[in-house]
Amino acid sequence: MKNPLDSISGTITAGLVITVVLWLIVDTMM
Amino acid sequence: MDLFSAAGYEFILRWIHFLSGITWIGLLYYFNFVQAPFMGEAEAGTKKDVTSKLAPRALWWFRWGAMFTVIAGLLIYFNRMHAAGMEPFFKSSYGVSITIGGIMGLIMWFNVWFIIWPNQKVIIAAAQSDGKGPAVGNRPRVAFLASRTNTMLSIPMLFFMAAASHMTWG
Repeated sequence: MKNPLDSISGTITAGLVITVVLWLIVDTMM
Repeated sequence: MDLFSAAGYEFILRWIHFLSGITWIGLLYYFNFVQAPFMGEAEAGTKKDVTSKLAPRALWWFRWGAMFTVIAGLLIYFNRMHAAGMEPFFKSSYGVSITIGGIMGLIMWFNVWFIIWPNQKVIIAAAQSDGKGPAVGNRPRVAFLASRTNTMLSIPMLFFMAAASHMTWG
């Protein structure tokens, strides 16, 4: 599997996915 | 607000945090969005100049930007925690958001000082000695992935840092 960090778009997408996942976790807990 | 008060002290720290944070993350984005793609197309002589003359200057501002961002950030963090009390702090929207953003910032700071910079030092030394210096091995790949990891983490880091002051949970 290609490493998403090898491309700029993959890096930004990975960052956005982490943001959404963390937001969902915190929003559920608070 | 009196600048020479507890609130003024925190304001000055936040000002330092912003100035050094912009220096750090601005250079991080320059490395990832501009320099790395450019190096893929540059001629050998240009690459050598970038690595031996441009990179050392950019990396100096980059790593010290990271250092002062983290120092100022931690001082604000503990100042706020001390003022609110430990338990109320971690139950507040601000405390939760800034802790998540801060942990990411600390991981990024660690990557700069203990992965990117030690590897880049060897890469720069090799470029400055015309290949007669130390062997670089897989150091460019390790430094590249740590830099890309920081670019990725900067997105949620900035979301949670901004959320701390501008978004309320629940």
